[in-house]
Amino acid sequence: MKRHYATAAGIGLALIGAWELWVWWAEIPAFILPPPSAIAQTAVLQAELIAPHALITMAEILAGIGLALLTAVPLAVAMFARPGLEKGLAPFLVGSQAVPVFALAPLLVIWLGYGLASKVFMAWIIIFFPITISLLSGLKGCDPEYRVLFCLMGATFWQKLRLLYWPWALPQFFAGLKVGVTVATIGAVIGEWVGAQQGLGYLMIQSNARLKVDMVFAAIAWLTAMGLGLWILVGWLEQKIITWKH
Amino acid sequence: MLHLAGAAKFFGSQTIFSGFNLDLEPGRFKVLVGPSGCGKSTLFDTLTGVTPLDAGTLTWKGRSLPHLGSQAAYMQQKDLLLPWFTLLENSLLPVKTGPGHGQASGKKNTAARKKALDLFERLGLAGYGSHYPAQVSGGMRQRCALVRTLMFDRELILLDEPLSALDAITRRGLQSLLLLFQSEFGKTILMITHDIEEALILGDEICLLSPGPMEIEQTLCPRLAKPRPFDDPTLVSARRQMLGRLQGDLK
Repeated sequence: MKRHYATAAGIGLALIGAWELWVWWAEIPAFILPPPSAIAQTAVLQAELIAPHALITMAEILAGIGLALLTAVPLAVAMFARPGLEKGLAPFLVGSQAVPVFALAPLLVIWLGYGLASKVFMAWIIIFFPITISLLSGLKGCDPEYRVLFCLMGATFWQKLRLLYWPWALPQFFAGLKVGVTVATIGAVIGEWVGAQQGLGYLMIQSNARLKVDMVFAAIAWLTAMGLGLWILVGWLEQKIITWKH
Repeated sequence: MLHLAGAAKFFGSQTIFSGFNLDLEPGRFKVLVGPSGCGKSTLFDTLTGVTPLDAGTLTWKGRSLPHLGSQAAYMQQKDLLLPWFTLLENSLLPVKTGPGHGQASGKKNTAARKKALDLFERLGLAGYGSHYPAQVSGGMRQRCALVRTLMFDRELILLDEPLSALDAITRRGLQSLLLLFQSEFGKTILMITHDIEEALILGDEICLLSPGPMEIEQTLCPRLAKPRPFDDPTLVSARRQMLGRLQGDLK
């Protein structure tokens, strides 16, 4: 495990180093592409300016994840309990993914305003689908022999759900959640681009207009760190909860 | 107690069995022996309700039922323990499920726990109750599955080659325990196996099945006290005869 981390760190450092050297060698002006060292400097030295925006974006992401969990879990369970419901809803779920949701962002601002709500909604739309689908397929993936055993025990649906299906589906649920939390940042930022007064997306748009490219990259770096942090947090939770898998 | 009359099952144009009759008296240990693929597992699937009977009637204690459903306990070759529960929790699953569970069941739960722990001790699982299935051997897992089967608290136990995945020594041990528990708890057992020796050691009635379509070719009722020594001359000659039949079927 440690060796994998070392490899990843090595590749990352090599890429950053190549970027740094290339900017220096080709004499690219900083307002077009700043070197990583300048970005790091901005990201750290301007932390006081960035942090409040990051906090807002994080709040939007977390609210989006929470909302997605509150809606995706009951829907997946309902579709699992009633296959007819699944057949009826599947076209809409898949269809909803074919809609370019980012195109809806300007509308969301009209409907929900410039505040948090439109961004939370955006994040929710994006995370909702992977969680629902992965949880549903996890529930349906239960070995039929176990189902027979539980039927012979005379277990009710809720008993089966609690003792058998839910734990069975947990690994896939977490896989979906991991995808969800990393793409949630995209939803929140798109929402902020279209209309906001704060947040990392707002900061990026403002800095871009003033050719403060180092600040744009610093905001991206913060976003990346947030997404990565959430991903690690979910991975840690998964290890804590699914104790029987290692 | 269990009566199957004129039972039939088809898969497409293939007849698995047709006009199949089976009688099971309370307290008896009946073993169905047959080569793999003769349809004995399909018969069990119709009993447990995995797949419906295409014809015939199933009578349970005078009542006609589509299948046995939750009237019977069931144990098969795979232990089917849940990896997220400890051995003890796994063995208590039959007590924790079922409609109406959860109301005024504190006393019942304590009694069940005590019974399970007692069985754990007698099956050599003492001290392993809080282990997870992945932490113990296949033989121990199967013994835990046996405890779970006994915790079902049903008169009838269906056994689908429950011991065939085990090594010879563990299997011997579990065979004698099966006999012991059957008489102690007064269970009726219907077992399927392809192991003639196991059938002869355990069964009150041994039905030799022939394939395609499946029918009972011969029924044997050895009048020997149990536990039976596997080298008893009567059993040796019966085994030779049955083996001859089965090999004849293969030709």
